Amino acid sequence: MNKRKIGTLAAIAMLAFAACSGGGGGGGSKGEIEIWSSLPRQGSSKAQTDTIVNAINMAIEEKNGQAGGYTIKYIDKDDSTAAAGKWDEATEIKNANDAVATDKLIAYIGTFNSGAAKLSIPILCGKGIAMVSPANTYPGLTKAGKGEADEPGKYYPNGCAHNYFRVVAADDLQGLAGAKWAAKLGAKNVYVLDDTELYGKGIADVFNKEAPGAGLTILGRDGIDGKATDYKALAEKIKATNPDLVYYGGITQNNAGQLWRDLRDAMPDVKLMGPDGILEQEWIDAAGEAAEGTYITFGGLPADQLTGKGADFVKNYNTKYPNNPPEAYTAYGYEAAGTVLAAIEKAAATNPADTAALRAAVLKAISETKDYEGALGKWSFNAEGDTTLTAMSGNIVKDGKFAFDSVIE
Amino acid sequence: MEELVKALTIGVTNGLVIALIAIGYTLVYGILELINFAHADVFMLGTAFTYFATEIIVRGMGIPASSTLALALTLIALPFIMLLTASINASIERFAYRPLRNAPRLAPLISAIGMSFVLQNIGLLLLGPSQKAVEPILPRTDVVFFPSGAAWFGVDEMIVLGVTIPLLLGLRWFVASTRQGKAMRATAQDREASGLMGIDVNRTISLTFLIAGALAGAAGLVVALYYGQTFFQYGLQFGLLSFTAAVLGGIGNLTGATLGGLFVGIVAAMSDRFIEAKWTSVIVFSLLILVLIFRPTGLLAEQQSERA
Repeated sequence: MNKRKIGTLAAIAMLAFAACSGGGGGGGSKGEIEIWSSLPRQGSSKAQTDTIVNAINMAIEEKNGQAGGYTIKYIDKDDSTAAAGKWDEATEIKNANDAVATDKLIAYIGTFNSGAAKLSIPILCGKGIAMVSPANTYPGLTKAGKGEADEPGKYYPNGCAHNYFRVVAADDLQGLAGAKWAAKLGAKNVYVLDDTELYGKGIADVFNKEAPGAGLTILGRDGIDGKATDYKALAEKIKATNPDLVYYGGITQNNAGQLWRDLRDAMPDVKLMGPDGILEQEWIDAAGEAAEGTYITFGGLPADQLTGKGADFVKNYNTKYPNNPPEAYTAYGYEAAGTVLAAIEKAAATNPADTAALRAAVLKAISETKDYEGALGKWSFNAEGDTTLTAMSGNIVKDGKFAFDSVIE
Repeated sequence: MEELVKALTIGVTNGLVIALIAIGYTLVYGILELINFAHADVFMLGTAFTYFATEIIVRGMGIPASSTLALALTLIALPFIMLLTASINASIERFAYRPLRNAPRLAPLISAIGMSFVLQNIGLLLLGPSQKAVEPILPRTDVVFFPSGAAWFGVDEMIVLGVTIPLLLGLRWFVASTRQGKAMRATAQDREASGLMGIDVNRTISLTFLIAGALAGAAGLVVALYYGQTFFQYGLQFGLLSFTAAVLGGIGNLTGATLGGLFVGIVAAMSDRFIEAKWTSVIVFSLLILVLIFRPTGLLAEQQSERA
């Protein structure tokens, strides 16, 4: 009697399961998989990463939370600490290790800061997990010969398959664009500063290297201490060399606002230029009046210059999130998520048997992204994991807001 | 030569601000032998209050930032800000340190560290996570020039000097010449004996914290206006330099704190200007270590009381 009851119950249960999985695209029948993002969610980057997280959510919702028959669960991880107010090494390493230990985790969207990517790429590479960054621009992460001598090889140790991709053009192009633009603006003598971090120093190095080719003379080079309380004496030192333009390679979070104010106080007429590390509203808030007239390069096009699908994205985004207007990297977050979802679709078609196989299939699909038509245009990933998009834009701060100035060839 | 003088001026101005905060550390240490780690965060709150005051004046009341009226109103706000930070500091003493007066020395120290975190997070709640630019109320026009025509210092530096120097001198006078000042010096020398002499020790200590807090508030206003920024982590950034200055000058010694502040400010400015900004922290703290090796009690040691 008992055995028969159990048998009947089991049969009914199995029929129920079969009925469920029978309903193909309706419910994620293959189960749930996770996509994580690791971005600085505290400190002054929060404003911009809020928009990126919104964009990723939008990309997933547009696909009804599914791809390739899997239900997509998105987890927004934070790689910053409140105390630091920006990305933190230990936190990023923890995120990467947690990702590797989570069976359902299939792809990693991150990081925002190049210094953090340096830490996660090798950890994720070990388990063949794809990592797509919406914002890393340090060249050494993918390109040989543009950074340290052992880059990028040291990020893919023990022969693991190349697992890192980025949807934004790297700084070797942005630094060069900066030098060209500075020359075009009529500057001859330039003083270069950096914030001594991976991204900032990297792009300042590129600018330094490309400057002579663009016809500029470099008067001096200094690293600032992001924790210093003021830069007045430094500004005097720079003033004594009489530059036409001062270039700062670095991010807002290393006290760029105070630096700008002290530079402007000492030299009211000098041109000031920076890279996309300061292309955020928080920087304008921190620098106040000193931000006015600053020239800022960006390894891509600002949101209001996107066309076609990009313009549609901006419109939909603004409707959905009217209180968080898109910032520089919002569309890139959307694109990164879109790339990952498209790859999951392609990977699912090969019917991977388990997590490792799915991760490998997704990694392969991402690396084969070709002629992807998304918000940023039509582009592909090259063998190194870089995007084929190379449009650079020059932006100027006007009336306390960023205004697109020109495309830099 | 002019460059040297200019760098020196920057150093002195920065140094006086650091000295104003350092005095708070030294006053409290002298009287309680407690390093009040929360002091620099009270200063940070002072910068925050100044930020809000300027926002009200410029955004709320619509007065243009560059007008003299805005400057006048901000300076009128100074005593209120000082009162506010003084009360905060005195309350901290009342609730976080006084109950631990007879506890082992480590307990109030930990309490101070805890208070520092509390104040930092209050600052984070008030200001948000990033630096905030303060309205440009201080006129930056250069007033004094070098013979060559290069600018030496301007109205803003003069206002900084005009606020910090009177406060430092006023404090000196207060401690040396008034009854309460005498009570403070007595309590610093020997708390029990002062109690026996009829000095209300609790009140004297509260007064010390009120004064230290008021000075921190004034330093906060000066920094917010002169550097043009407020940041919830200012306590950490300035606190390190000010505490160093206090120790360098001899902790417990008021003149020492002032000298220490000037020393730190000038060394930092010289290093930024003539060496490289990267090395400034290394140089400042190496000098601190050197001074302490050869004079462990600091440049001007605290007047040690005779112990029988």
